[in-house]
Amino acid sequence: MDFLTDLFSQDVNVRMLYIIILSIFVGIEVIEKVPTILHTPLMSGANAIHGVVIIGSIIVMGKAQPDDYLVMILGFLAVVFGTLNVVGGFVVTDRMLELFKKKK
Amino acid sequence: MSNSALLNICYLIGSLGFIIGLKMLSKPETARKGNWVAAVGMAIAIFGTIFLYEFTNDAGEVSHVSNLMWIFGGMVIGTILGTVSAKKVQMTAMPQMVSIFNGMGGICAGLIGIIEFRHLIHATEISGGSLMTGHAITILLGLIIGSVSFAGSVIAFLKLNGNLGDYSFKGQTYFNLLFLVAVFGVAFFMLNGDLANAHMMMYALFGMACIYGISFVMPIGGADMPVVISLLNSFTGVAAAFGGFLYNNQVMLTGGILVGAAGTLLTVLMCKAMNRSLMNVIIGSFGGGSATAITGEGGGTIKEISVGDAAINMSYSKKVIIVPGYGLAVAQAQHICHELEKQLEEKGVEVKYAIHPVAGRMPGHMNVLLAEADVSYDKLLEMDFANDEFATTDVVLILGANDVVNPAAKTNPASPIYGMPILEVEKAKTVIVNKRSMNKGYAGIDNELFYGNKTRMLFGDAKKILAELVNEVKAN
Repeated sequence: MDFLTDLFSQDVNVRMLYIIILSIFVGIEVIEKVPTILHTPLMSGANAIHGVVIIGSIIVMGKAQPDDYLVMILGFLAVVFGTLNVVGGFVVTDRMLELFKKKK
Repeated sequence: MSNSALLNICYLIGSLGFIIGLKMLSKPETARKGNWVAAVGMAIAIFGTIFLYEFTNDAGEVSHVSNLMWIFGGMVIGTILGTVSAKKVQMTAMPQMVSIFNGMGGICAGLIGIIEFRHLIHATEISGGSLMTGHAITILLGLIIGSVSFAGSVIAFLKLNGNLGDYSFKGQTYFNLLFLVAVFGVAFFMLNGDLANAHMMMYALFGMACIYGISFVMPIGGADMPVVISLLNSFTGVAAAFGGFLYNNQVMLTGGILVGAAGTLLTVLMCKAMNRSLMNVIIGSFGGGSATAITGEGGGTIKEISVGDAAINMSYSKKVIIVPGYGLAVAQAQHICHELEKQLEEKGVEVKYAIHPVAGRMPGHMNVLLAEADVSYDKLLEMDFANDEFATTDVVLILGANDVVNPAAKTNPASPIYGMPILEVEKAKTVIVNKRSMNKGYAGIDNELFYGNKTRMLFGDAKKILAELVNEVKAN
């Protein structure tokens, strides 16, 4: 119960919950009418978007003390992996969609 | 304007970019632009964070993002690796690629969790409070989900790449369930337990989450892999969203939740295309342990056809429908297939393609491949339309497809693919099946279609056979 009181007594948390709920509906609405041919590119595009987690790794790195080697190494790796997700994801999606564009 | 206000604007633009981008991605005409809209939103959010993010450091001063050299260095490495691998990958290997990029996002979330939890342990040691806080739970959930997604994606990658077979043992479903409970048990003990053990237990938790991810994906058969990738994709989205909650960061939250929700729905849509429930995919482990997988009429005789006869057969038909499958993709035969289509059309034959929703290794995978070969959209028939047309079709040419044309899905309730909608090719006058050998399809079951009266087998590599067919058709 403490946890719930903790959660709901802070406006910022409640606002976050609203964002979450609305985002869920937006996410569903946006996908609902997608034709099968676009399933793969769409999955790939969504895959790139969750690469937004890289912002977390930037924040972690931005706060790290340079002499805290473990954090520096893990944070650096997180930045590399996050970038791979973002860049690779968008480029691969573009490659797929490029193929669709030629005709018509 | 203050930096934090500017950063909030960046995040707002970023979030809008994601939503509009996703929306545009779901329509063929705008899809490519939509991808870029989302990418630009992402870039604004990332660079906004690097240059505008402010926090209060231990000394109580407002500080900017430090270690910029390291951050840029990591981004440059990631960009180069990501671009090169994404540009070089064969279209047929696309599913693996998506899977491995997804895993990268997962491990990113996992590492963030590890670092933040270390900070939290340290802070708690100083303040002397309890670890059991909402803050700690948020960090741990991001860590666990991200790690599961990472390990699972790597396994999915290895399986699709052919480095790894299916593996399962008796009672694995229960083992997985128990193991998941154990993961949360360890987390609970860590939060309530002695601070001195917390570090070690956190790493144990990371390891356990990875093992769970491996054990979760290991038994799931290849045919279901796209569903799993899509599911893991939404996992990573949720992990990113926990990061957003942790840092009170709106763009991470919207981006993560959007993908979490959209990914889950996409997963359900894929399951529907195969007429199976998500539960069934996860627990039912397709080609896995259940050795009860029935073989059709095993025996029966197959009738072969020569390339020449097949070519004549097709040249003198009114309508030919091509059913492409993974065999075509593996042989990289999409271009020569288009060539055959053109040759036949010159002879006045109507040529179309019947695309099963899960043809290839991912929904829409075949469409991507055929689009690469310049095949026009309107020639691609979705399953329901194709099934209406087979009755008026003279020749169906099946190129390396198997399970999606297996009548057992309709007739044999004991078959593992029973209930999956299939392309009803047997309605056509003649069915020509090109396969490399009599090996079974991905689901690992026999296909009685190959023994049917109207069926003729044309053994050989799809690319080679198609090239020969093109020559023969030209000569006719």
